[in-house]
Amino acid sequence: MEELGIRHIDDLFSDIPEDLRFKGELDIPGPYAEAEVKGMVLRQLEKNWTLRCPPFLGGGVWPHYVPAVVDEIVRRAEFLTSYTPYQPEITQGMLQVIFEYQSLICELVGLEVANASLYDWASALGEAARMASRLTRRDVVAVPYLISPQRLAVLRAYTEPVGIRVVKVDYDKTTGLLDLEDLKEKVDSRTAAVYIENPSYLGFVEEGVETIAETAHDAGARRRPREMGSTPTTKRAPGDYDADIVVGEGQPLGNHMNYGGPLLGIFACRNDPRMIRQMPGRLIGLTQTQDGLRRGFTMTLQTREQHIRREKATSNICSNEALCAVASAVYLSLLGPQGLRDLAEVVASRAHYAMRRIGELPNIRAPLFSSFHFKEFTVSFKGRTVAEVHRDLLSSRMHGGKPLVDEFPELGEAALYCVTEMHSKRDIDRLVSALEEALER
Amino acid sequence: MRRFRQADWEEPLIFELGREERVGFTVPSVEPEVSDAVGDIEELVPTNMLRSEPPMLPEVSEIEVLRHFIHLSQMNYGVNSGVFYPLGSCTMKYNPVINEVVAAHPKITEIHPDQDEATVQGVLGILYQLKRWFLEVTGMDDASLQPAAGAHGEFLGNLLIRAYHADRGEIDKRREIIVPDSAHGTNPASAMMAGFKTVEIPSGEDGCVDIEALRSVVGEHTAGLMLTNPNTLGIFERNISEIAEIVHGAGGLMYYDGANLNAIMGKCRPGDMGFDIVHVNLHKTFSTPHGGGGPGSGPVGVKSFLADYLPVPTVEEEDGVYRLDYDRPKTIGRIHGYHGNVSPILKAYAYTLALGGSGLKEASEIAVLNSNYIAHKLKDVRGLSLPYAPGVPRKHEAVLSASGMAEETGVRALDVAKGLLDRGIHAPTIYFPLIVPEALMIEPTETEPLEALDAFIEAVKEISDLAYSNPKEVLDAPRNTAVGRLDEARAAHPKTICLSWRAYCALAGRG
Repeated sequence: MEELGIRHIDDLFSDIPEDLRFKGELDIPGPYAEAEVKGMVLRQLEKNWTLRCPPFLGGGVWPHYVPAVVDEIVRRAEFLTSYTPYQPEITQGMLQVIFEYQSLICELVGLEVANASLYDWASALGEAARMASRLTRRDVVAVPYLISPQRLAVLRAYTEPVGIRVVKVDYDKTTGLLDLEDLKEKVDSRTAAVYIENPSYLGFVEEGVETIAETAHDAGARRRPREMGSTPTTKRAPGDYDADIVVGEGQPLGNHMNYGGPLLGIFACRNDPRMIRQMPGRLIGLTQTQDGLRRGFTMTLQTREQHIRREKATSNICSNEALCAVASAVYLSLLGPQGLRDLAEVVASRAHYAMRRIGELPNIRAPLFSSFHFKEFTVSFKGRTVAEVHRDLLSSRMHGGKPLVDEFPELGEAALYCVTEMHSKRDIDRLVSALEEALER
Repeated sequence: MRRFRQADWEEPLIFELGREERVGFTVPSVEPEVSDAVGDIEELVPTNMLRSEPPMLPEVSEIEVLRHFIHLSQMNYGVNSGVFYPLGSCTMKYNPVINEVVAAHPKITEIHPDQDEATVQGVLGILYQLKRWFLEVTGMDDASLQPAAGAHGEFLGNLLIRAYHADRGEIDKRREIIVPDSAHGTNPASAMMAGFKTVEIPSGEDGCVDIEALRSVVGEHTAGLMLTNPNTLGIFERNISEIAEIVHGAGGLMYYDGANLNAIMGKCRPGDMGFDIVHVNLHKTFSTPHGGGGPGSGPVGVKSFLADYLPVPTVEEEDGVYRLDYDRPKTIGRIHGYHGNVSPILKAYAYTLALGGSGLKEASEIAVLNSNYIAHKLKDVRGLSLPYAPGVPRKHEAVLSASGMAEETGVRALDVAKGLLDRGIHAPTIYFPLIVPEALMIEPTETEPLEALDAFIEAVKEISDLAYSNPKEVLDAPRNTAVGRLDEARAAHPKTICLSWRAYCALAGRG
């Protein structure tokens, strides 16, 4: 203050007009010492229940195990407390990890280009719809009827302002799969993209991918299936069935659930310069040092981005989910092809075990559809409501699936259950007994 | 000046490590009873959906993975691990370690967002409290915590502006969002995302909004104005009440870009300045770490007349019980699949408790003091100047221009930045705002001790001296970082662009 020749700190705020100055103190408790802060936050968190096993919930966020090595890496202050790598010489570490993340995602989904991350699956879908519309100069996006209503709401928020219309494609009532006849009817010269989910929101695997791709491409549309992270070894990669853009959720790849955020929006596309130029989000490229002596990494094609192109940018995204991408890079490196295959096997096996055991109970159907399910499946009750069953499960500290009654009333008293490697056979058996008891009441 | 040398492991790509059939992690086995019951799961998968080849992922052991990523972390620079990170507009303050400790608790990390409200009262209480404090600091009436970043908040803000005008039957004519030429690039891009056209207005000689220019563009086409105050030059927009009057008078709404809130907490509030919508970057002002690009969190606050349009659900409280409220018939819907970036919100909650109302105010005061100290010490350094109203105090940041140096020595803002890296100091934001040639945008924040500010000032002086005595030395910087300057043209050229390991292998095969 001496250097500045001021006597009071308020001298530096003298340019704020008198009538705008905030008089008095902000009504916020504190300050508290670290020990007190810790006590207060943990006491508050204690109010969250301890369940007997992870909730049987999926649908967009899933209870998967996060390896200790992942947590160890994302805690490193050099990663955790750095900003966007605007100065590549001093941030090669982050740039290389993100390049590796992009590369790992490409291997998973079978495409050549992936960006450095978007906020979450839902916003990635919104961005993909807009990108498809820019590429095709068309304004209709076809989505499955059985899409998550939350994701659909985000898609609408992203597309409505620019006049893109979302149409829903019906499903086969027995298999749950996309109704290919209805798809053919709804895809025409206005269709910018056909979006499918694999596995679907309700857990089954969409099989008619060749026909869907053909239908979409015949009409000149871009097809955008999403690939959900932890299944790729069992399932075909979307790039292998002609997907042009792939979006998905990276949370299951090494990120904790954290009550739904941060998540990790995966976004990948074909190695087509026209498509890459229309991509939203940051891209890290491999290059050389100016002296040509060694490899290095840098942000590239920034002319697509808001800080250069402003209102002509492909998206407004600036902060993304880089640290979640770091977690996923570590996760995929740890698991490798064998680990992923083993994981897919244990997840699907236990889910099928659960489906079988639950399906054997009286007054229950699981699943409602005949297709192959991966880790999520529908369960419907007769005689008791989803809400009643849910309450009974909670009373024994078990958390059942997500109620579908409001989302898809035509499915009856149904809920969406999810089983992962975090649910042991014992957990599943306990769930089955609890369900049995609940239905006998 | 101490000598800095960044670690450099010449780290291979993860794909270049390991060997076939190596695994870094074991997943639980399928129980025999389970496999007896379901058999070989692969036989149940529709055959056309089976992968013919496994993905080409690396096959590495646990310790190889751990070391690889630790090596890479050592080739990075964070505010908690470096010495000074004055990246303008990014508010790189210390990220308190205690916040990481509480955020790693399983009672937050292992909670599913679709859990019954009764089972998550703890986290709902945190979300609700933070919302209340956010409203207190900004002077707004209601808020959504869904935006995952500042730009996401701007997008939501523009959707709210849209919904408001649509509700009044005026959206067809109100197509324009006004932004000053000094605005963050996200402002015009966010307006575009919501389907608006942007109208750019020039800054006056004092660096503030040119009132006459504003008057000349407002009208019945105006949907709103986006502004940050203090602006990106670090100057407080004194005429903000008049600006608000002009925009409101034309039927438009006022949007506050909260990227610069760290200057004014407890001193004045956007809600009192006439703003209708506000976003705040928790990863700036509220100390949550930026993770090398994200996650952030950008809650949006509104005045009560816009509350009906907020996304659902919002977190509410009734008799000490917290719940998610979906009852907003005019809602814009959602912009995030769930409840926003909860983990950063928890960290901001812990931060706010640690500082309290008085501490937040003090944080702003010291942040402003620090930036004025730097501006004062640097404005007379040879080759540098403080454009726009040099007599007016700066707020949280100051923008200097190196255009004198560039003309006289050929050493540009970019080179000054690289020179700083060589001295172990992160560079300021450069070439922004666009209205300052050779801009060096410096934001020291309140958490840096005087010694760090002096060391930075010393380093800039040293670079200036070098520029005038031996410019080549600055132009060749950096030498002490993991790598020297990179070939950006090669990175972007259609023939050499390489965005993945796949592309790298293809290029290598071709070459």
